[in-house]
Amino acid sequence: MAESTALDVQGVSKRFGGLLAVDDLSFAVRENEVLGLIGPNGSGKTTVMNLISGLLKPNGGEIFLGDRKISDRPARIIARAGVARTFQLVRILPSLTVLENVIAGAVFGHKRLWGRAVRQFALRQLERVGMGHAVDAPTASLTYIDEKRVELARALASDPRILLLDEWLAGLNPTELQIGIDLISSLREEGRTIILVEHVMDAIRSLCDRCVVMNSGAKIAEGTPEQTLADREVIRAYLGDEHA
Amino acid sequence: MTRRETVSVAMVAVALAILACLPFLVDGYLLSLAVGIAMYTVLATSWALFSGPTHYISLATAAFYGLGAYVVAAGVDVIPYAVLLGLAGIAGGVVAALVGLATLRLSGVYFVIFTLGLAELVRQIVTWVQNNLTGSRGMYVLTEITERMIFWELLALAAAVYLIGWLVTRSRLGFALRIIGNDEVVAAHVGINSAASKLALFVISGTFAGTVGAVMAPRFTYIEPSIAFSPELSFQVVIMALLGGVHRLWGPLVGVIPFTILWEVIAGRFPTQTVLLLGIAFLLIVYLIPNGVVGRIESAIKLAGRSVKHG
Repeated sequence: MAESTALDVQGVSKRFGGLLAVDDLSFAVRENEVLGLIGPNGSGKTTVMNLISGLLKPNGGEIFLGDRKISDRPARIIARAGVARTFQLVRILPSLTVLENVIAGAVFGHKRLWGRAVRQFALRQLERVGMGHAVDAPTASLTYIDEKRVELARALASDPRILLLDEWLAGLNPTELQIGIDLISSLREEGRTIILVEHVMDAIRSLCDRCVVMNSGAKIAEGTPEQTLADREVIRAYLGDEHA
Repeated sequence: MTRRETVSVAMVAVALAILACLPFLVDGYLLSLAVGIAMYTVLATSWALFSGPTHYISLATAAFYGLGAYVVAAGVDVIPYAVLLGLAGIAGGVVAALVGLATLRLSGVYFVIFTLGLAELVRQIVTWVQNNLTGSRGMYVLTEITERMIFWELLALAAAVYLIGWLVTRSRLGFALRIIGNDEVVAAHVGINSAASKLALFVISGTFAGTVGAVMAPRFTYIEPSIAFSPELSFQVVIMALLGGVHRLWGPLVGVIPFTILWEVIAGRFPTQTVLLLGIAFLLIVYLIPNGVVGRIESAIKLAGRSVKHG
């Protein structure tokens, strides 16, 4: 079965001064797949997300969305092509209401609605993430998980071809974590193509079809969560030599 | 249109109609005060269309205004005045577009300094051209245009600026600017072309400032660069808009009316200290009422609403 490739990262590098943050990294994401991007702190995962979304430009290599090259395009073009993301440090638009925060995702990008249609569509996204009760709330009143939900609803509002979740589950308490995992799991059942950067191992095991493991900017393993998490190289990267 | 919007539009129309009768009731000093208020209303409101949502403080108003005035001065003997008004607007818009393309990537203080420098640069160029090519320091603008007509022209411009502002607020462009003002990274990631959106609003405000300059030119009679490109004008526009509040379309008006009147008094009593007092006013407003009078009123209403609910 040859499933089509949704996103193809080919030999991408990113350098910050003397630091090689991403080193000749290649991997592919298939349609309807949930791919986990994991690795120790500082291994370059968020940089990869930033390269895909266009926040950063790679110094070398290419990224393709379907058969369209996106690595030389600005973020707004990549967003219009169908890449949506959440941020590691949540980015809520503070002077907008909750609903307007979500509407923002569906007006200028991959989805281009306006007027009554966009309100109803955004409302559905808010209900989808369990925030239907707080539509007109000011953003200042939101709890941390609610901010994350609003940001997710904004990303979903563009009906993206690829959804990038950068540590979306980080910082949640155990109850919230279960809610969060269930939510991403339901997106997975919808058939969304997702790349998630995550440290929560339970989430990785239950959500990901495949994992790409990074260390010091390079890929050190790739495969199913069971395979990769048992890999000696991966254990060494996370825990040090004596555990491997 | 919602019912509330219909009511607002009707109220604005009635207000404009009443104001249009003003020149038949007053003249002399009061009419000239009304001209000042109308002028600053157009300038401050169009300034706030751009600076309100983006938080970019532009000090280039005098550059566009002065250009508009000079378009009239240069062409008043050969081209019909109505055409000159249009040309002045275009000149303001084109210069705003050029400046915007060069500077809207700059952020914060760099943009402020550049726009301040721009007004000075344009002034120096005009001075140089006049001294070296025409051999005179200033130009005469002699027309049949009366103070009344100037007031009506400004009133029409005010109506236009409110109409355009209202249309922009309802549009995707207005929404895009609010997102840009909140977080440019998010704006880019939801597909907004930040540079183009900011540029569009900057051009609108430059066009209005240029047209206002052209409308005011006949009032000067004699124009020279230090009058037409006075940096004080740019600062006054910023102060008035901030005093009123830039988050609402009608916010700047709330600052313009008291400030113009106050300034008349101050400029009359302390003519040599105006620049100093202008600076003090700037500081006080930025420190004490950063969201303007309108912002203050709105948060007071919100607080009152909350205490009613809880009490």
